[in-house]
Order: sequence, then C-alpha cells, then structure tokens
Amino acid sequence: MNRRVVSLWFPRLASERVLRARPIDAPFALTHIHANTQRVYCLNAEAEKQGLRKGMGFTDARVLCPDLQTAMADPQADLQFIQTLARWAGRYCPWVGVDDDGLMLDVTGSTHLFGGESGMLEDLHARLDRAGLSHKTGLAGTRGAAWALARFGGGCAPDGQVLPYIGRLPVEALRLGNDVCNALLRLGIRTISDLVALPRTTLARRFGADLLLRLDQALGEQPEPISPQSASPSFAVRMTLPEPIGLISDVMAGLERLLVRVCGTLSDKQKGARCLCFTARRVDQASVHVEVRLARPMRDAARIALLFERGIEGLDAGYGIDQIRLEATEVEHLPFRQTTHQGAQEGDSMADLITRLGTRVGLENITRHLPADSHIPEKSFTTVYAAYSEPATGGWHSAAPRPLVLFPPEPIAGYRPQPPARFQWRRMSFRTAQAIGPERIAPEWWLEDPDWRSGLRDYWRIHTREGRRLWLFFTPQNPGWFVHGEFA
Amino acid sequence: MIDSTPSTNTLRDSFPLRPARAHEVCGAGGHVFASIVCGCANGSALWISQAHQHERLHPEGLAQFCWPDRLIYASGKTHMDVLWMAEEALRSAAMQVVVVQLSKPIDLTAGRRLQLAAEAGNTLGVFQIPEGMGSNATETRWRCSPHFDAKDSSLHRWQLIKNKSGTLGDWIVRWDEQARRVIVVSKVSE
Repeated sequence: MNRRVVSLWFPRLASERVLRARPIDAPFALTHIHANTQRVYCLNAEAEKQGLRKGMGFTDARVLCPDLQTAMADPQADLQFIQTLARWAGRYCPWVGVDDDGLMLDVTGSTHLFGGESGMLEDLHARLDRAGLSHKTGLAGTRGAAWALARFGGGCAPDGQVLPYIGRLPVEALRLGNDVCNALLRLGIRTISDLVALPRTTLARRFGADLLLRLDQALGEQPEPISPQSASPSFAVRMTLPEPIGLISDVMAGLERLLVRVCGTLSDKQKGARCLCFTARRVDQASVHVEVRLARPMRDAARIALLFERGIEGLDAGYGIDQIRLEATEVEHLPFRQTTHQGAQEGDSMADLITRLGTRVGLENITRHLPADSHIPEKSFTTVYAAYSEPATGGWHSAAPRPLVLFPPEPIAGYRPQPPARFQWRRMSFRTAQAIGPERIAPEWWLEDPDWRSGLRDYWRIHTREGRRLWLFFTPQNPGWFVHGEFA
Repeated sequence: MIDSTPSTNTLRDSFPLRPARAHEVCGAGGHVFASIVCGCANGSALWISQAHQHERLHPEGLAQFCWPDRLIYASGKTHMDVLWMAEEALRSAAMQVVVVQLSKPIDLTAGRRLQLAAEAGNTLGVFQIPEGMGSNATETRWRCSPHFDAKDSSLHRWQLIKNKSGTLGDWIVRWDEQARRVIVVSKVSE
C-alpha cells in the first residue's frame, strides 16, 4: 500500500486559541516582545483584512487599525493546544506528529474508515470549522509534498503523482532556509518544476546537499519519517452527572470513583501523585476547586480519599454540582516496591499526618532539621520541608557543647571582655556563678551575613546562681554582650 | 530509674509519663522536659509551635536528649491552628510524642478534647504552657526549672504540681546521656 500523508496547517492558531474562550467580532492581534520591540505575533481574519501582517511592529499596527484589540501571546499555551489537537487527530490515524504550527498525519490505510480520502478530508474540515479553527490541508504521498500543498494553497495530490501538483508551487514550499530561497530566486528559479529541470550536480555544488535532500523528500525519492510524539500520559478524569448533586457523601462517592481511575493510570505508569486538584462544576457554571498536596507521592485511592475529606466538607455546592473532575497536577516517579508487613506502615501514617496538617497550615510550615556543614551555631543545621526531604541519619555532634535553645542575640549591658558578674536579661537579674570560656567563633567572611557584621564572637557558658545556664557572647571588635541561647 | 530513698511517692510512679495522655509542663526547663520525654519515648515526635515564637531548638543541643532526626516541626499561624494540629497529631497515632508550645490558656473543653484525642491515638502529649495557665483536664502538670549546684551543672528541679492519679512530688534530677534516662539526685523535702 502506498503511503498517504495529510499535512494540516493552522495559519491563525494562536489568536484563534484565545478567541475560542473570548469571541471578539473585531480586529484582534496577539503581540509579543521580540528584540526589544512589541510585535504582532498572530492575527485574526478581521485584522488581516485591515492590512495587518504577522511580524509588523505593534505601533504600526495601531496606526493602521486604531480599534485593534490585543492580548499578549503565550507560546507555552499554544504548544499545549497543538498537542491537544494532536491527540484529537488520533481519531483519523494512530501516527500523528506535531509539525511546528501544524500536524502531520500518516493516514496510510485508514482513509477507507471515513469513506475514502475525500470523505476523510470532509470530515476533518467540518470538525475543524465547527471548532472555529482556520486550517489548510495538503494530502500527498510524501511528507514534504503534503507540507508544501498545505502551506501553499491546499490541495490533494493523487497517489503516485506528486510533481504535477507541487511543480507550480514556489521554491519556499520545499522547507528551505531563507538564504537558499533568496539565492534561487535571484537566479530566476521560482517554482519547484524549475528546480527539477536543472542538473542535480550543479545544484548540489551551488546550494549544498540540503536542497537536494528536501527536493527528494518532497518527490518521494528519499524516505522521511513522521515521528509521533509519545502520548504524554494524562492523569485527569471527569464525570458528568445526569442530575446535580449536593450532599457531601455523594461528592465523596463521585470522588472515589474518579480516584480509582486516576490511581489505576498512575499505577500503570509507575507514578505517584504529589498534588491533586478536584474541580466541581456547579449548575450555575461556576467551578470550585479543592487541592490536596501530598507529603509523598501516592497512588492509593482509599488513602487519598480520606485526605480530601476536609476540603470537600468546605466546598460550596451552590445549586448543585453537575460535573466533577480530578487531575493529578503534579506527578512523581513512584516505582513498584516490595511490601513488607512492617516499616512501610509507619512512614505512611506519618506522611498522611503531614498531608493533613499541610492542608490547613501549608506544607511549608512543616519542617525538619538536617545537619549542615558550618561552624556558625545558627547555620550548623538547615530547616527543610518535611514533605520533600528524608530524615538525616545522625551527624549531630559538635566539638563544644551547644545550647538547647537558640534565639536571636539579645543585648545586655556590659562592654568589658570579662563576663559580667551580674546582669539583667528579660527583666530578670542574674548573678554569675561560673563562667566557662571563651570559645571564639569567627564569622564566615566569604559569606555576607548581616547578623555577623559585628565580627568575632567570644562565647561563654554562664551558670547563674538563679539556675539558668545561658550562652553569652562578647564581640571584641565592637564591644558588647549578648545572650544567644540557653543550655539544658 | 534509680531512687535512693525508697518512699511512697517516687519519680518512677509518674515518670516516664503515663502513655496515651496529655501532660502539661511549665517553667524555664520545659524544653528540657519535653526533649527528655521525646528521648524516652524512642520514636518520632512532632513539635508544634506558633509561628511568631522566635526561639528555636538547636539540634546539636537536642542530640544529648533525643534524636533530632526523628523530630518534625510544625508551626501554625494562630492559637486555633496549633490546637487543631495538636488534636490531629494526637489522634493519628503516627507520632509517639506530640509536643505543643502554647502561649494562651486552653479551656476545659479544649483540654478534655485533646485528652480524648491522645487516648484515641495512643499518643503522648506534652503541652508547654505559661506558668499558671493549665487546663484541669491534664493528667499531670510539671514545673521544671534548671537548678543551681556549684558541683553539678546539669541539674534540674522537677516539681509535680498536679497529678490525677497519684501524689505530688518534688525532685532534683539529672539526665544521664549514656544510659538515656533520668536519675534522681535527691528529693526536695517539703
């Protein structure tokens, strides 16, 4: 069976993507900042009628069309949109590649399902028209020819006859670089048939092998594969309900059904969800969201359902919910693991607790300490988020005794290097019974730290007659005494 | 626990703390008491505090009492957040010990509720409270303060000032880091 390829081109993809959500019946343009200038990125048909073009300066466009409405371009969203379209195009054939601002479909052997090539193209056009996307299609036996046909007028080249159909097209249709095209035009070679008529050796010598490769690819003398994107797994499911629901138990039941499906997909891909978003669409078209951030990647539907309980209870159902959707928005690798009868259980319950606490106070407020490599007392440990770290194993020893509690240095009276015999701290008076020290700690001069601007510190352990055992320091370069911590 | 003077009320009766209950501690040695409880429990612990408290535990200092790796810290914005977290953590049984630093008094209802949560989760709760702000629902209340002694610089005075199921007491104690247990040095006479 001979190969048949459909090239699908969306000339106004970016602007139409925006206009789908917000229809405007007036000139509209997307702009972007390119080389420090705001330029037109994509236009709708109305704006093109007014004489605007892609790539022109935004100010020029405003002069030509004063009532132009604009928005900023979002290439990332465009990319996502075209990938969505690629998924949709999977209905025509299994072999779909994304090709810049278009799609490439290898429809070999699948056209008869839609009543032949013309039937398939009709179906394609009808559906894209309904979606409000302007498009051009080219159907040919090779990828290059289909691309050329789609970009330059559209059309369909029957099996085995490529050259008669693309011969009249300009040389740009061969996917060449600008400099090669310009050189060809300068020599008076305007169309592809002009090019084919020339001897190949001269062409290769003058314009390099790339030109011949592109020509051969278009004419089918060199193979060119379509590389379909591996379908990025989607961890989202939704459920539309025949009647609106409002009871917590009903929503939870719906959620559990969705969770089972999402967790099944996660399990197939050996992934675990880190963040799940539950969206309930209400009858009045408003949507309410519940987000759960998990303390560790998970794919256990029953456990996740419990963690959603609190959020679902706070949900405002309004006049009722008629569609629910669940998406695992953050996913991490979670390989299968041998289960044991002990060990995993404890970590699981702790992760669940951290998740539950995190839903109220935020996961960033649940921390643990890890040892750090510094001799500065307050930097000898780091505070990390418990949900995103593993506990350290040991490494907590210092050469000199360290206090149990640290606080920001609190100044006390005194400027002599000897520890004070009496001092006032936090409105209490203390008498020194025993002073052990000094332990000199120098700042890390290679790091800027405002707390250590006062220079060296001489630390003393002061045992007071009142019982408290305090950690005081004296700054010889900037005389003054401070209380920095308290020993057990 | 070694108690040199056999008497009717020894520290051994009330310490280690009765499990699955919430206890209170006040005084300057509260941090030490709570760390020792974590060390004796030999499991993971959650340390809940309110966000504005600027005192921080220093893991290197903590290491002599318990394992800093097994501690998780949580901070809540409001008093209610702290109490809510305390209840969740006590009830969940994921932690052996839950230490809560409180700056406001808790009423009888809240105290009783936390007590029930501790029983349900079989978790030990230690509430660090300001002096005189305890709740009547607590199992025991301790007043702990560092004790000065010219010879030994690691003494603490632990006063048991409320006990639901026993008598009160007053001890001078020392933490034995090697044996990981509390040693009673002497009993303070009334």
